[in-house]
Amino acid sequence: MTTIRVALPGHLRTLAGIDGDVVVEVSDQPTIADVLDALESRYPVLRGTIREHVTLRRRAFMRYFACEEDLSHEPPDTPVPGPVVAGQGVFRVVGAIAGG
Amino acid sequence: MARIRVLVGTRKGAFVLTADGTRDDWKVDGPHFGGWEVFHVNGSPADPDRLYASQSSGWAGQVVQRSDDGGVSWEPVGNEFVYDGVPGTHQWYDGTPHPWEFARVWHFEPAPHDPDVVFAGVEDAGLFRTTDGGRSWAELPALRTHSSGQHWQPGGGGLCLHTILIDPADTDRMYVAVSAAGAFRTDDGGASWRPINKGLRSPYLPDEDAEVGHCVHKLAFHPTRPDVVFMQKHWDVMRTDDAGELWTEVSGNLPSDFGFPISVHAHEPDTVYVVPITSDVEHYPPDGRLRVARSRTGGNDWELLTKGLPQKNCYVDVLRDAMAVDALDPCGVYFGTTGGDVYASADGGDTWAAIVEHLPAVLSVEVQTLP
Repeated sequence: MTTIRVALPGHLRTLAGIDGDVVVEVSDQPTIADVLDALESRYPVLRGTIREHVTLRRRAFMRYFACEEDLSHEPPDTPVPGPVVAGQGVFRVVGAIAGG
Repeated sequence: MARIRVLVGTRKGAFVLTADGTRDDWKVDGPHFGGWEVFHVNGSPADPDRLYASQSSGWAGQVVQRSDDGGVSWEPVGNEFVYDGVPGTHQWYDGTPHPWEFARVWHFEPAPHDPDVVFAGVEDAGLFRTTDGGRSWAELPALRTHSSGQHWQPGGGGLCLHTILIDPADTDRMYVAVSAAGAFRTDDGGASWRPINKGLRSPYLPDEDAEVGHCVHKLAFHPTRPDVVFMQKHWDVMRTDDAGELWTEVSGNLPSDFGFPISVHAHEPDTVYVVPITSDVEHYPPDGRLRVARSRTGGNDWELLTKGLPQKNCYVDVLRDAMAVDALDPCGVYFGTTGGDVYASADGGDTWAAIVEHLPAVLSVEVQTLP
């Protein structure tokens, strides 16, 4: 098992009662889905807010970034980049920028 | 002395306003869920300290919040709204088939006798129910799967189920309204539904008196007279005396019969309130004057109430769920504006005052009368 640091947008940190980044425990070769599964398992209130219920599709205005790459359109079974697994980077869940 | 609690949903959070029975001095608590849209906050008639709030955002979707202490503290509960079976399609704005997709909860209607039972009206139009205080939700699919459902089209605000009225004497009877499908009634607790739109005329439809397709903005009744229902339609204020079998227009002398909310006085079943809005394009009051229209005759004869309301340069809207009454005598009437003000009248509408100003745009107002 290894740990991944996850950064969430402010309104989801507030919803989950989180200060700062979150650390989740995942398998040694985690995928994007593994990270999100672990995040939702630890914070059930986040279920349905990043991915849709049932289909687990990414919500349209939520994006996944890591190591300066946009992973939003990668398949859920895409491995998390090595530097994030090695603790040298953060898996970021970001709300798409828009007005309002 | 009785107390009043006003539950306000806004574009950027919820607010709880409280006062004693004089309704003079208001305490404002909030924002709760700051930055999120709160479409509706409502309390249980069976346990007034049990509140439910619909918190949503275009980014993170739907969250349901529950309070067991009158809005002092909140707990997120279930937010999984999954349509029963394969949802199929309704019509999109251009008439093409469009998949049924859950977007948000527009309205919570707690059951009269059990604080754990709540009905939720959602977009895309469907009716859900919880029996465990909001932890899980199940659709009552007979409404959405009515044979007309595939022909329903969204109104400007989406295909939303925004009104749920439960007959307190016979909870198997409910009315709901959908923009833009119309009004529907069940007599068997939601197992079956039928459209109740006879008498409505909507010139924006190919068939102006079609069975469905009418943009009903809000329904209201007096709980002691549930067969008499009032309707603010897209255009036209309507009334039925036979539980929706036939509607007749009671717009009478209104300066405009376009509007969104409609409410009934707590002690006078034939006293009705609407807020005239200029048109379906100009969502602000006629002549820049914010006026509440009151009929004491169940419609047709309306008087315009202005005392304490802005009478020049006022271009706000009052949305469909943003008006409510309290149960005191004299009856209090409350409404919120898209300009972020909540106005109250402690004398049935004769005089008005803002009880809070400069909130985010108000989406909903509910009022609880507490012992």
